[in-house]
Amino acid sequence: MRQFIINNFLFGVDDNQFRDEDSFLEKGLIDSTGVLELVAFLEEKYRIKVEDHELIPENLDSIAQIVAYVNRKISWKVTEEKFAATGVSRNQLSPLSR
Amino acid sequence: MCGIAGAMHFDGAAADRALLSRVISTLKHRGPDDCGVYLDGNVGLAHARLSIIDISGGRQPMQSADGTLSVTFNGEIFNYIELREQLVRKGHQFRTRSDTEVILHLYQEKGEDCVNDFNGQWSFAIWDRVRRKLFLSRDRLGVRPLFFTTADHTFVFASEVKALLAFPGVQREFDLAGLDQIFTFWFTVPPRTIFKNISELAPGHSLTVQDGKIKTKRHWQLEYAPAQDLDYDSAGEQRLADSLLELLTDATRIRLRADVPVGAYLSGGLDSSIITALVRQFTDIPLRTFSVIFDDPEFDESAFQRQVSAFLRVERQEVRCTYDDIGDIFPQVVWQTEKPILRTAPSPLFMLSRLVRENGFKVVLTGEGADEMLGGYDIFKEAKIRRFWGARLDSRRRPLLLKKLYPYLPNLQIQSPEYLKAFFRVRQEDLSSPFFSHLPRWELTAKLKHFFSADVKRELRSQNAYAELQACLPQSYSQWHTFCQAQYLETMFLLPGYILSSQGDRMAMAHSIEGRFPFLDHRVVQLAASIPPRLKMKALNEKYILKRCAKRLVPDCVTERPKQPYRAPEGKSFFRGARGLDYVEAALSPEHIRRTGLFDSAAVCALVNKFREGRAIGIKDNMALTGIVSTQLIADQFVDRLGVAH
Repeated sequence: MRQFIINNFLFGVDDNQFRDEDSFLEKGLIDSTGVLELVAFLEEKYRIKVEDHELIPENLDSIAQIVAYVNRKISWKVTEEKFAATGVSRNQLSPLSR
Repeated sequence: MCGIAGAMHFDGAAADRALLSRVISTLKHRGPDDCGVYLDGNVGLAHARLSIIDISGGRQPMQSADGTLSVTFNGEIFNYIELREQLVRKGHQFRTRSDTEVILHLYQEKGEDCVNDFNGQWSFAIWDRVRRKLFLSRDRLGVRPLFFTTADHTFVFASEVKALLAFPGVQREFDLAGLDQIFTFWFTVPPRTIFKNISELAPGHSLTVQDGKIKTKRHWQLEYAPAQDLDYDSAGEQRLADSLLELLTDATRIRLRADVPVGAYLSGGLDSSIITALVRQFTDIPLRTFSVIFDDPEFDESAFQRQVSAFLRVERQEVRCTYDDIGDIFPQVVWQTEKPILRTAPSPLFMLSRLVRENGFKVVLTGEGADEMLGGYDIFKEAKIRRFWGARLDSRRRPLLLKKLYPYLPNLQIQSPEYLKAFFRVRQEDLSSPFFSHLPRWELTAKLKHFFSADVKRELRSQNAYAELQACLPQSYSQWHTFCQAQYLETMFLLPGYILSSQGDRMAMAHSIEGRFPFLDHRVVQLAASIPPRLKMKALNEKYILKRCAKRLVPDCVTERPKQPYRAPEGKSFFRGARGLDYVEAALSPEHIRRTGLFDSAAVCALVNKFREGRAIGIKDNMALTGIVSTQLIADQFVDRLGVAH
């Protein structure tokens, strides 16, 4: 994740020792296109689907937030797959990602 | 329209005809019809002429009848006929029909204050041999360019930097603070340029060189009324619209004065359509208009162009602009802009002026200036919404208006309200900034400085571009309506520093074409400055009062269409598949990047790879690539002492 941010948004030059908690928006790393690039990366790399309502800074504005978000998504996906085998529908599960 | 140059030796050395001939030959594109050099001891003036008014009698440099004054002049004084009549009544005798001679006579009559009477676009130098004074002046809004420097005990000036560099001893070195400004504002703050020790005479200023001293003086200032936003009833609005249209009509009328045919640019937008409609009223012969069309429908406006030309019954010729064209001509474009550019938008205009020239025209009228004077730009809308939101920062509803911004940018349109709030954020401290309107844009652009090399970043550590700009603001600025403050920044800085220069004068003069701009008639500008902001942008309806003027003049589709800013394809123009054009590969190679010393070669390499892999789709990446390519080309074309390491 860190490597993607440094390569894609900092073009390999990490002058200010970018930290996991640093806000992409505060640091001016990300613009509207950057958000889309980030989402494309997450969806491809972690095989998750970022829903429209999840496109908010609270989920995606720092490495730490992304890691937490992706972890939630993955564990949600695992839970969903597990329950799918038992016949419980998605709507009956709590929306962990919100 | 022409090219001018000159020199004044402080050490008494005689001016050199061969040198001045060499210097003026670098400006042949500005004036291919004739050239001349005038010498008087230590002073020399040179001129490259594009013959438009009094083709046989207007040769330059021109002397007064008594030989005490000489002038080299680039531009047009559109009210020269009226001024000439006044001067004749006072006993002045004229030998030609040219506006150039009017300048000489009015200077005789009023001295340096003569410029206050001019309605036009000019840069000129008058040598006053009695007072031993060189007097230079530039028009109010900086339509015509003028640069100067001193080298080898000599003051030198010229229309373009490339001519200055032809004088011996003139430094060829980047001014890193100028570069810092370009990568923040898109323009440099005059007198600063991107070249060390080379100055630009600011719009609305004059300059004198006398007794070895150089002095500049402001001769015009754009002023707005103190903050107020009066309400008008419908009849009052109509009266205002009528007054504006009347002035605009007269501004167009006097801009048709020429001894050669005059055409018009037609983009399909409101501004150029109004100008075309007004020109149409003054001519019996079929009006010729010229348009750019794009293969990419994202940028193309040809459907509107066809509707307007059919409605106004004017002839329209078009040039098709492709990604490949933009990439291919970019080095020629940069040779003309003489400064880095962050967008490729000048390139299609380079092609458009070539089309005009190929059709035998020398003069075109355009709609330039309307967006600045009458509130057309998106940045005004953005600032209005941010200001509205800033008044109640805790409001949940107010920031929802951000969705109405930039409807033509799909990447922005699909963002969540939370992200839109973050991108257009309003910080409490921003609300009192003189640059409130422009902060999001400038902060985004300034991110491109990430690509600067460590040496350049170190050199620029103490540089404060905002402070330098703030020092140029008039005292009354803080009392103006915030809408007017935003207009001032656009009108007095971005307009001359980018729109009229890199997209305007330089692209037109590349093919010896003179642009004329009725919206920039100072009477129109002053009337527009007095119009309440509420009538420039009514709610979020931009150029509201101009649209009232346009009723019946242009088809409804033009006044009702959403605002489409002029844009052109960017980064992908520089690539054919994964490979960059030859000059791009050369300019961005790690060796070349390291040699110029301005950018970080690893970062540039990563950026280029992003383009090669088709992953670069954002505004920031595209601006970065265009800015770096153009800067590297400037280094090749103009600078021989490269980078801070040298």
